[in-house]
Amino acid sequence: MTFQPSLALPDTALAVCVLSIFLVPLACAGLVLINTGLGRSRSAAQMALSSLCVISIAAIAYFVCGFSWQGFEGLPAHTFTAAGKSWNWIAAEPFFLRGVQLNGSAPSLAIWLQMFSVGLAALIPLGTGADRWRLGASCASAALLAGCTYPLFAHWVWGGGWLAQLGSNFGLGRGFVDAGGSCSIQVVGGLTALSIAWIVGPRRGKYSPDGMPAAIPGHNAIYVIFGCLLALVGWTGLNCAGAILFGGVGAGQVVQVAVNTILSAGAAGLTAAAITHTRFGKPDASLVANGWIGGLVASSAACAFIVPAAAAAIGIVAGALVTFSVEWFELRLGVDDPGGAISAHAVAGIWGGLSVGLFAHFGDGVLKSHGGGNSGQFLAQLVGIATLLGFVLPLTYFLNWLLNRVYPQRVAVEGERQGLDLYELGAGAYPEFMTHSDEFTQRKI
Amino acid sequence: MKLLGFLLLLAGWGIILTAVVLLSQTPARMAFVIAGLGVEALGFALVIRSHPIARGEEE
Repeated sequence: MTFQPSLALPDTALAVCVLSIFLVPLACAGLVLINTGLGRSRSAAQMALSSLCVISIAAIAYFVCGFSWQGFEGLPAHTFTAAGKSWNWIAAEPFFLRGVQLNGSAPSLAIWLQMFSVGLAALIPLGTGADRWRLGASCASAALLAGCTYPLFAHWVWGGGWLAQLGSNFGLGRGFVDAGGSCSIQVVGGLTALSIAWIVGPRRGKYSPDGMPAAIPGHNAIYVIFGCLLALVGWTGLNCAGAILFGGVGAGQVVQVAVNTILSAGAAGLTAAAITHTRFGKPDASLVANGWIGGLVASSAACAFIVPAAAAAIGIVAGALVTFSVEWFELRLGVDDPGGAISAHAVAGIWGGLSVGLFAHFGDGVLKSHGGGNSGQFLAQLVGIATLLGFVLPLTYFLNWLLNRVYPQRVAVEGERQGLDLYELGAGAYPEFMTHSDEFTQRKI
Repeated sequence: MKLLGFLLLLAGWGIILTAVVLLSQTPARMAFVIAGLGVEALGFALVIRSHPIARGEEE
């Protein structure tokens, strides 16, 4: 297959895009450290190994069928006609990347970026399933995510699909816009995490008979905070590469993207610190870390189209949302999410998607093929978010429910009691330390 | 109840798609999109209620 000339990037954009994509694995490394640090010490090695396996499975599943269903704008796709409009619903690329030339064209760079992005999305549910999700089940779930739900939604947004066409078909701004993947990566991963939390249930000892949750703190705050710093570098690369490939901006605008990314993360982290300090008397490290990640997540969608003040505002709202949402899920909804992944990725990602409709301003030449104006942009973003909640969530829950029927996802009681390191791997992450079983006794409040 | 919740999520999405396709005026579209999101919220609440908290398991 020879790509069309319009799919080739200018040399400067190509160089900046390549450099940015090189940074993206650091976002994965950051999430691995955060998930590991927020889990128990007796499951740390299993979490790290699961992360490695999940990234591998996701890349392979994306290679096998992911790209063939995601495609890229301008490449062949399946369409149908309804209400006089053409609806582009899935790409028509061959499996196993057959015929694709990995030569620096925009689609080949997108494939490279997506290999990491889909791994990042697949890492998100690991934080939620910590201490009770079997290694094999997490790999199987990652294959479903990378081979089915992720490419389908990503095609609708980034592959010229019907969500991207909302502007040209129905006059809704520039269609659904999500340059860095707040929704396409983070919300898809976050909704998968929510499905997993429902399917595997809470950790033993998490809730007392009267429904009060017990605090089970993470085992290593240094991992968590260092993970946040690594994630910043990775997210900067992700947002810059996404802005060039999916946002249609020039190489020079990556400075704006990078500035907006750090502003959003910083504002979110500080907001979470201020809220927890006000409420509990001291800042809470794990909630501040979750707020920081929430700021990065929320920055992704609009980073290329907003002024720095808007990025800071997006971060402030994201930090507050994540802080209250973590408590809401744990206390009110009974969802045990040790890594805070649902709040930091799904909730903050939805806010990031909405923020495009509130703050984004598109230059004259940007995403022109998607539609003509700025009016209706908020409605387009609402339609995209409704699609995530109304279609992607049921689909991902159904797939994981089906998987659970075939291959139970939760580890046996003995495994949870013993710790997943010893039970699944036969050796602990910290063999010089003793493990304690008193965490399982019911606490009196 | 869980199945009903997921069906409501899908129904809300359907309302929103239909509104985008059939209506052309922005206020009418917005009203139906918000109504669709309301149906989705109802479905989400039902799905949540169908997953009771596993309280105080025996050790």
